[in-house]
Amino acid sequence: MSESAAGSSLAGTSGRSVSPALHHQFEDIEQQREAGNFGMWVFLATEMLFFSGVFTGYIIYRSLYYSGFAAGSHVLEVDLGAAMTAVLLASSFTMAMAVHAARQGNRAMLLGFLSSTIILGIAFLGMKFTEYFHKWHEQLVPGLNFHPAVDALRGAPEHTVELFMCFYFFMTGLHALHMIIGIGLLGVMAILAWRGKISAEHYNRVEVSGLYWHFVDIIWIYLFPLLYLIGGRYK
Amino acid sequence: MNTQDPSVGTYVFVFAVLLLLAALTTGIAYINLGPFNTVVALAIAAVKMCLVGLFFMHLWYSRGLARIVVLAGFFWLALMVSFTLADVFSRSWIKPPGP
Repeated sequence: MSESAAGSSLAGTSGRSVSPALHHQFEDIEQQREAGNFGMWVFLATEMLFFSGVFTGYIIYRSLYYSGFAAGSHVLEVDLGAAMTAVLLASSFTMAMAVHAARQGNRAMLLGFLSSTIILGIAFLGMKFTEYFHKWHEQLVPGLNFHPAVDALRGAPEHTVELFMCFYFFMTGLHALHMIIGIGLLGVMAILAWRGKISAEHYNRVEVSGLYWHFVDIIWIYLFPLLYLIGGRYK
Repeated sequence: MNTQDPSVGTYVFVFAVLLLLAALTTGIAYINLGPFNTVVALAIAAVKMCLVGLFFMHLWYSRGLARIVVLAGFFWLALMVSFTLADVFSRSWIKPPGP
């Protein structure tokens, strides 16, 4: 009640019409949007440092036990990894298009692109868990089921390959967790869009969800070469 | 943030380039370039990151605030990685005193 009273009095003094989507602490809708984006960017900066802890560990152990990391990289499936990369890049494209549709106020297009992004995200997770399943069958899961075939080790000490697999499961698992959170977030956005709560003026929630989704995509852009590619695929 | 919005054509073009780079980095992994395999793979990843950041995340169209946060993030990342590596790789330089 007091909010709407304050809103109307502000509108009275400045002579502008106040949008119902505008929270009372902001001057105008553009300032509100900038604050929302700024908050998400700060969160993403902390997320970047969160992930770089594992990346730093990876750099150190890779330089200490190169042969184990090269052998470990060879047991991963490059075709599947490349397909996952393509699917995730496609989901980033549909996400960008969803934000574009939200900005245009096109509800049908927004719903279409949000659901395509969710479907591509689920497809990515499906492929990821297929690979986990394969690794379980090849007995390459550290701690729980680690009895690799001799030729899978490529002459590297067994515990160094196990260390690589620890990094593989931890890095991709952390990434998959972020994907699951992202899919949940987009699900909420789809419900909001369905109920008509997203408008051309007030689409910032879709925009910040998009920033989060693209960030998770960037993490995979680095995981793909680090885990699948740079262990010496040639020969 | 600017109110200007990248066009659908820009998104499609960036997406096509991203797919091309993903195919390229996968292909190059099968060619023996010695230590440059790692360099090329990480360089392509950096280009892909820039494309996603600049166009999909609108950094190209945004004002300073978001860019400053991104630069601050990379600054702390550089501190974290360089100080950690400086510690780990200089440990063998000095022998600890003692019996």
